[in-house]
Amino acid sequence: MSAHADTHAHDDHGHHHKETFVTKYIFSQDHKMIAKQYLITGTIMGVIGVLMSIMFRMQIAWPEEPNVLFEALLGKWAPEGVMDADIYLALVTIHGTIMVFFVLTAGLSGTFSNLLIPLQIGARDMASGFLNMVSYWLFFLSSVVMIISLFVEAGPAAAGWTIYPPLSALPMAQGGSGMGMTLWLVSMAIFIASSLLGSLNYIVTVINLRTKGMSMTRLPLTIWAFFVTAIIGVVSFPVLLSAALLLIMDRSFGTSFFLSDIFIQGEVLHYQGGSPVLFEHLFWFLGHPEVYIVLLPALGITSEIIATNSRKPIFGYRAMVMSILAIAFLSTIVWGHHMFISGMNPFLGSVFTFTTLLIAIPSAVKAFNYITTLWKGNLQMNPAMLFSIGLVSTFITGGLTGIILGDSALDINVHDTYFVVAHFHLVMGISALYGMFAGIYHWFPKMFGRMLNKNLGYLHFWVTAICAYGVFFPMHFIGMAGLPRRYYTNSNFPLFDDTANANVVITIFAIVGGIFQLVFLWNFFYSIFYGKKTVQNPWRSNTLEWTAPIEHMHGNWPGEIPHVHRWAYDYSKPGHDEDFVPQNVPLYDGEEELQH
Amino acid sequence: MTAFLTIIIVIFIAVAIWQMVKIFDLAQVGASNDQIATDKDNKINGYLMMGFLVFIYAITIASFWYLGDLPLMSNSASEHGPQLDNLMIISMVIIFIVQTFTQFLLHYFAYKYKGEKGRKALFYADNNTLEAIWTFIPVIVLAGLIIYGLFTWTSIMNIDESEDPLVVELYAQQFNWKARYAGDDNVLGMANVRLIDNDRANILGLDESDPNAQDDVITTELHLPVGRPVLFKMRSQDVLHSAYMPHFRAQMNCVPGMITQFGFTPTVTTADMRKNPDIIEKVENINAIRTKNRKEIEAKGTQEVIYEFDYLLLCNKICGKSHYNMQMKIIVETQEEYDAWIKEQKTFKNSLTNN
Repeated sequence: MSAHADTHAHDDHGHHHKETFVTKYIFSQDHKMIAKQYLITGTIMGVIGVLMSIMFRMQIAWPEEPNVLFEALLGKWAPEGVMDADIYLALVTIHGTIMVFFVLTAGLSGTFSNLLIPLQIGARDMASGFLNMVSYWLFFLSSVVMIISLFVEAGPAAAGWTIYPPLSALPMAQGGSGMGMTLWLVSMAIFIASSLLGSLNYIVTVINLRTKGMSMTRLPLTIWAFFVTAIIGVVSFPVLLSAALLLIMDRSFGTSFFLSDIFIQGEVLHYQGGSPVLFEHLFWFLGHPEVYIVLLPALGITSEIIATNSRKPIFGYRAMVMSILAIAFLSTIVWGHHMFISGMNPFLGSVFTFTTLLIAIPSAVKAFNYITTLWKGNLQMNPAMLFSIGLVSTFITGGLTGIILGDSALDINVHDTYFVVAHFHLVMGISALYGMFAGIYHWFPKMFGRMLNKNLGYLHFWVTAICAYGVFFPMHFIGMAGLPRRYYTNSNFPLFDDTANANVVITIFAIVGGIFQLVFLWNFFYSIFYGKKTVQNPWRSNTLEWTAPIEHMHGNWPGEIPHVHRWAYDYSKPGHDEDFVPQNVPLYDGEEELQH
Repeated sequence: MTAFLTIIIVIFIAVAIWQMVKIFDLAQVGASNDQIATDKDNKINGYLMMGFLVFIYAITIASFWYLGDLPLMSNSASEHGPQLDNLMIISMVIIFIVQTFTQFLLHYFAYKYKGEKGRKALFYADNNTLEAIWTFIPVIVLAGLIIYGLFTWTSIMNIDESEDPLVVELYAQQFNWKARYAGDDNVLGMANVRLIDNDRANILGLDESDPNAQDDVITTELHLPVGRPVLFKMRSQDVLHSAYMPHFRAQMNCVPGMITQFGFTPTVTTADMRKNPDIIEKVENINAIRTKNRKEIEAKGTQEVIYEFDYLLLCNKICGKSHYNMQMKIIVETQEEYDAWIKEQKTFKNSLTNN
């Protein structure tokens, strides 16, 4: 069902020559500009998130030692440079929130879905440019509210990024649960609205605006990933919104959805009949799919980049699509594995163990297919390729420990220890971040018409790769020593004294890794203005975005939209001189298209 | 200060490396400068991929070497512990085999097939047999793990009340733990936070008119007789907490407004555990570290320098400012020792003050 949207879209975008600064750079409705806006906002939030992690890592390694960095950045929260226990929890909380939602959801999905969906399916723009613009500005607004929440009197939200009530509901339980938490909830509500508008737009665009010949089985895997991600988002984000709204009501209007029988600071509160476990269910109904909202776009980007740079078709295209769909489906029925010991019925624990471990199967298929794609390839080691290979590596390392955490019996032991921290940072944090970096290195020429410096890219990758393992690999072992996460200091437990040195090593890796992100930032901002000018198709890639002119224009292609005649992965196909055949090249006489 | 110096050093290193890259870039003038990987880049990065594989193996070995003393995989002190540890070890072995093998393939292929001008990659898009193989192998392995895991889980979570377990309530509040023993009748009295009356020292909100409550005993240390099943009933008065008893492979959240439960049978007394060679070694190791930090520990003055092994109950669900210091000592002892200890404790009825 390839839609003939070209003529229609052309009318919409026929009158774009009278653009002012405001309509071009600020309230732009052009998907390419919106993608850049997402990327820059996400990058700024990322810098804040990483800086926070470095600060709390320093506190863990050198507990309660005065530190000039704290004194400079935390102000009253670090009297004489010693970090306060409340702000430690706040840093952990906001770090999680920013990285998961603002960087790896909006920054990753927002950037690349916006940039690539219209360009790779051959559309003039998103189905609704206006909604797309609103989506970005809501995201911007939510980022601003989140940043503002860092400066309130009693401190920012500090109940962990999962904001379990009653801790998050009662200002008397924790300073950060006052105005800080209110702003957190407001920010997230706006964020969810932004995400829903974006996702609906992506879904409609992929379904309706594919160019002639772009059947679903010819879609690049990037688009499949973005499409399915958007569907997961539309299914699960509203549930978090409802949880947030109910929590707001409990906090401000005296309802008892999540609270019951509470005695705090010498008085009994009126709440009766609610249950925090209900909140956990609602939260994780989004919270777990959220992992795949973060990860699937990264895997889609990786599929595209590995195929292009291996000069080989992605291995098992159909299996890759099926596993994306399987992961998406399973992701909505596994949320209970975060709650094995929450007090829910143990029988549910059995059910969720079963569904959770099933996810390992499509994940394994994906990993093996990536590896087979490399086999007998002609690997072009561009920085994007390195990050993609790095992603497969961390995806395997992090994913494997999921077998332990998904098993309810074993989870009893390692639940909420550093083992969990290590697991999810590798499998979704670092992997998705690598996917984002890979995407930036790969599509930077498309976004800015210039190339990133490759040597700085290599430096960035190798240091980041070593530091990522240096931080998170030993962390598994600390977790298996029983060390709980979210402890301001471990010095109250002599039992854990033998993990102190490992914590110092981890922190040093984190600091070095964090600082080397400056190499990337410098490369990124310098190259936007002074990078080497790009050619139209620098990576000799098959997908349609490289058939569009380097100079951006409303409507993407001058004249007619390219038609599609083949899938996106005809690399090194016998019978062709070049080792790539773009999707818009018709089959020659007698050439057979691969059947999928 | 250490941290600050570290940062400065790291910044200098970063600047130095950046300068080196600049020099490298300048030296490339005249060469193709389109920022796309050349054969030379492919070669260098291909070798680095092999180097990285070695790094992954090295950090694995180093982690085992320095941090391989894993209390959560050995020396459990409860009846279900060894069963769970077995499952853990089996899972870990599978994980390490798969990890070693797949990381090798990934990085070796990245090295072996590094690009060269003029070579053409193999057009190889599909192979159903291969894909079936790596779908079904995980299916079989996971089916085994799931079944083993489910049996273990069910046997842990199924509490057999016919074995006459000792009933103990774990009561959590910001930021400490209390234990309530059911007394001679082994039935906990009714309780609700609305009945808390600090003036009468009714700190856990027991129903003063409930006959079952009269002989309850509230303590700040958890004593357990060895070999007898214990059934914990968990309550929280304010926010979520989690009762984490790592040595017993036990954990359950404490949820305000509901009672959660977990049961296990302690098998090793504290005294016996202190004689366990693994524990002795671990404690010696910790004490070596603590002796080195003697000054700092003494300056703080909250702890003894020399550490002695004890079982612990930790809070493992973020619960506020002092979450990091919410703990209770657990002492496993013989039935006689336990009986003597519990006899010394005041019953609820006798602990109430009358005003």
